[in-house]
Parts: sequence; structure tokens; C-alpha cells
Amino acid sequence: MQQLGMGQAVNQALREEMIRDQNVFIAGEGVGVSIHDSPMLPTHGLLEAFGAKRVRDTPVSEAAIAGLAVGAAEAGLKPIIEIMFNPFFTLASDMIVNHAAKLRYLSGGKSSFPLVVRMKSGAGFGAGCQHSHNLEAWVAHCPGLKVVMPSTPADAKGLLKSAIRDPNPVIFIEDMMLYFAPGPVPSGEYLIPIGKADVKRPGRDVTVVTWSKMLGVAMGAAEKLAAEGIEVEVVDLRTLAPLDKKTILASVRKTGRLVVLHEASRTGGFAGEIAAVVMEEAFDSLKTPLRRVTGPDIPVPASPPLERFFIPDEEQLMTAVREIV
Amino acid sequence: MSASKEKKLEMLRTMLLARKFEEALTELCAIKGKIPGMMILCTGQEAVGAGVCAALESRDAIITNHRSHSHLLAKGADPKLLMAEIFCKKTGYNKGKSGTLHLAVPEIGAPCTSTVVGASPPIAVGRAFAQQYRGERGVTVCFIGDGAANEGSVHEAMNLASVWNLPVIFVCENNMYAGAQRYEEHTKAANISDRAAGYAMPGVAVDGNDAVAVHDSVTQARQRALSGQGPTLIEYKTYRWRGHGEADPQLYQPKDEIARWQAACPIPRLRGDMLAQGLVTAEEVKDMEERAAAIVQEAVRFAEESPYPALHEAFEDVFA
Repeated sequence: MQQLGMGQAVNQALREEMIRDQNVFIAGEGVGVSIHDSPMLPTHGLLEAFGAKRVRDTPVSEAAIAGLAVGAAEAGLKPIIEIMFNPFFTLASDMIVNHAAKLRYLSGGKSSFPLVVRMKSGAGFGAGCQHSHNLEAWVAHCPGLKVVMPSTPADAKGLLKSAIRDPNPVIFIEDMMLYFAPGPVPSGEYLIPIGKADVKRPGRDVTVVTWSKMLGVAMGAAEKLAAEGIEVEVVDLRTLAPLDKKTILASVRKTGRLVVLHEASRTGGFAGEIAAVVMEEAFDSLKTPLRRVTGPDIPVPASPPLERFFIPDEEQLMTAVREIV
Repeated sequence: MSASKEKKLEMLRTMLLARKFEEALTELCAIKGKIPGMMILCTGQEAVGAGVCAALESRDAIITNHRSHSHLLAKGADPKLLMAEIFCKKTGYNKGKSGTLHLAVPEIGAPCTSTVVGASPPIAVGRAFAQQYRGERGVTVCFIGDGAANEGSVHEAMNLASVWNLPVIFVCENNMYAGAQRYEEHTKAANISDRAAGYAMPGVAVDGNDAVAVHDSVTQARQRALSGQGPTLIEYKTYRWRGHGEADPQLYQPKDEIARWQAACPIPRLRGDMLAQGLVTAEEVKDMEERAAAIVQEAVRFAEESPYPALHEAFEDVFA
């Protein structure tokens, strides 16, 4: 099987969908000619392959990029826009939150907005909090948006292809550290449905729900805890909205214990939503109080030791698991 | 090319209809509980919607804003379905989900209306991009007000439209007030249209109460857009007779100023010119007025008798 980083897997999905559907186009800052040149990056080589009509380098104008997507999607094109870093979504957010997500509802179902917003996220490259700020909980809070946050290259490819074919606006968040962590990706056509979580490791003692880069932390911790005799079930959410409650609840009912792990800071983070769902619908199955392992309530620091401190690690997760098992 | 007799008749009909339509809304709004939500009218500004849309063809799109009634009627919206939507009824254009503020009528080329001030230009850029991408012979008109001109999104959209030569016509309806703020209080420059120079696109300021001048300026901008030369910014100088909304007591608008602009009403102006030029008779005008009144009366009846949506419909239309 081919070994690809997540950026390369995204690149493959983009190429396949652009070949399949002439209405698909890509727009954003540096999606054609970039200040970075690496085959590991998602839009590498697309301009050469598809031309400047379909791979559109834009001015530095996030509101216009997002508006471009909204207007073009309504007219029947399939825009895929890139927001260079997740924090810059604030500049595009009116067009996505107030328009892409709401105009279909406001039209009484007459209009559709089939667009994909790809955003790069994740701490770990020392750029500080205006480049690193995971805002998945913000967008998951907006009815009308689907939110996908893959953790493996294979999932990224199948989920992105589904996102591009989805008739609704989809926020697709890629952790940049995963661009450089190759994993197996099936060759050829496949789709992974939006809204389906994936049990990445079965276990009987405790459920860890996580997504994106934190899957690696969960899998590493699970391996070590297995040596201690603790069997962790790792549920990779993959999609935050719509939320696959069924898979989460089935796992918690089996293990009776829950830890939610995410990189984003704690207060108002998506772990709170998962905790609430479990408390409302599977309280009787819980043998112990649940735990959250998250980034602290601070902006992501630039200084390397502080940034490493911000990102949850295997030790923190193992401590949380041991506390409740 | 200046407006033909047919275009002038069309504009006069549209303006009379829009005026009657909104006069009815003013009356209905005065009755507590009759119409839910806000009510934002363009009374006195009808020449802009009528003139712009008379210069467009059905394949052209408009992206409008909270002050949209005359734009939509001019583009061909059915007054009954529009009124029912304003009443938030199930039979309205948007099944009661829009109400008066976000009316979407894709079937007449008015696919998106946003009440977020300054939001229509980026969307119009996207709509026009689709026209260019597919090689369609169409343009997208975006309506903003003088207040919206100070939103950053408008700058981004105008720049992108210009860089990519998109077939957009930015229409700035300068009605001299942004909320309670007078033009001079929010903008230092004499004309919004002067900003076009910063985007290397033509910018013109036009008398917005002169329907024929509105029509002719859009015709020119449309030809330019269709020939691949890109966007134009047109500013129409007009005046907001009513408050920002019907609940606004207009304490900040001098009464003599309102009276002066009412004396410069765009409807008698076009009507007078057409009568003088022999393009229409007094009797024909009377017929048009009566017909407009009857259409509005029927629209109000339809809206009032229509049911509200059922509660379960609240969950419909979130996702496709």
C-alpha cells in the first residue's frame, strides 16, 4: 500500500475529484504558487496539473475568498477554498457562519451551498497563537455546517472526497503535523462517510474519544497501558458535526469509562459536548466520573518548551486513564 | 443606449408597484402583531431598483440586502409570494424562514439576500465568478448602501472582482443615512464612487432619483462587464424617506430635509417626463396605479389568509 502524509493524501483526493467533476475549483492564498515548495503539501502541483482557471491564487482577502465560495456554490460550482491557518478563519467567518451555513435555511431549501473550507490547524511549529488555534468547537456550534477533522492520511482522503461531493458546506480541518507523518493509503477510489466515527483500537476497560493529531497520542498511550493490563478503546471521531453519538455511546456502554482528548483549550472545548451527551444518554453505564485531557486555557505559546507543554501528551492521557480505571 | 419607451413603461410600472407595496407595509406595521420582526423599506428610492433591473436580463443575477423589496419586485418577484414571506407564512417564497430580511428568489435571479451589512459584495463576486468560469453571458449586480461601503468585506470584494475582471456591477444606493448616522458622519469622501479609482475600475455618481439615468448607467456597466473588462462601481444619490426601519422615530432626520426629498420623488419625475414626451397618457397612468393597488391588495389578502409553517418545519432545510 502507498505510504503518504496527510497533505499528499489530501492532494490525491483533490486531483481525483477535479478530474471527476469540472465544477470543482480551488481558491486560496498560495494554492497555486506558494511560498513553500514541498511535495508533502496539499496543493502541490495542482496548478501545473489543472491550470490557473481551476487553481486560483487569491489576494490576501479571507472574506472575499469565502464569499467567492458562497456565491459560486450557489451557482452550482464546487468551490474548495483554503484558509491558510485556522485562526484566520475569523476573517472568513461571516461568509461561512452567517451565509454558507444559514442561507439555505433562510431560502426555505431553495438554495444549496456545496463548498469545502480546508483549514490548516494544530500547534507544534512554533508560530504562536495567531497561527495555532484549534477552533473546531466554534464551527461545530453552527447549525448548517459539517465539521470534519481527520486523523490519518487514509481517512483524510476518503473524507475529503465525501466532503467535496456533499451538497452542504463542510469545514475540513487538517493538522499540519500530520502532513509529515506518513501512513498507508489505499490506492484507487474510495469514500469514507461524513458523520461516522471509527473505533481505531478495541478495548474493554476505558473509552478514549479523540480526533485529529491527538489520535496518535491516544494510540501510543493505549499501547503502553496495555502493557499495564489496561485495555483502552480508542474512538476516532473523524467528524464533529454531525456527531456520531451511536458509536460513542456504544463504546461507553461497553467500557463504562470515558476520557475525551483534544488539543484545543479546555473551556468551551468539544470535550464538553461529548461529556454532556454521555451524561444525558449513558449516565447509568458510567462506573466512574469522566475525564477531559485538553490543552490548557491559554493561547498557544510560541516558545518551544511552552508549546510542547500546551499540547496534550501520552503521559497526561495515561494519568487520566489510570485515575478512573 | 438610453431607455426605450418600453423600458420606461416597465420602470414606471415597477416603481408604482413598489411604492404601493411598501405603503401597504407601513400601514400594516402600524397594527401591532400584524407582521413579525423588523420592517425595512426603501420608500423614495424606487428608481434605483427599477432602473437597475430594467437594464438587466433574466440570466443576470442580483445579490441584495435588507432593503430589498423594490429590487426584488423590479427583478420580477411575484408580489403575492413576496408578501406572504414578509408575513412569515408557509406560502411565502421561503416558507416563512426568511421573513422580510433575507428574501431569496433564485428563480428570478435573486439567489441570496443578506442582512449582514457589507456581505453582498463577496457573494456577488462568487456568483460572477461562476458566470465567468462557465463562459456565460451574464452579470451579477450587488446592492449595498452607503453604510456598507465602510465594511472591509466590500473592499476585499471590489479588489478581487477587479483583479479577476469579474462581471460584477457594484451598486451603492447612497440614501444619506447608515442607521442613525448621516453620510458626513461616517464618510469623509464626497463620493463613494471615488473609491473605484483605488480598484482601477470605473466609478460614477448618478442621480438615484432619475430612473432613466439609473437604467442607462447600468446598461453601460453591463456592456463593459460582458465584454470582459470587469466591474464598475455606480453610486446612486438618493434619500431614505422612512427610518432605518419602521420602528425608527427618525429623530435625527431634519423634517425639512425629508420634505425636500419627498418633493423630488422619483415617481412623478419619470411620470411627468413620460407624459410630456407623449410616451404615456394620464389615463394609462391612472390604470397603472389602479392595477398596482389591486395587485398589492390581493397580495396582502393572500398573505393574511395563508397559514404559518407547522412547528416540525423548523427542522427542515438546514441541510440539503
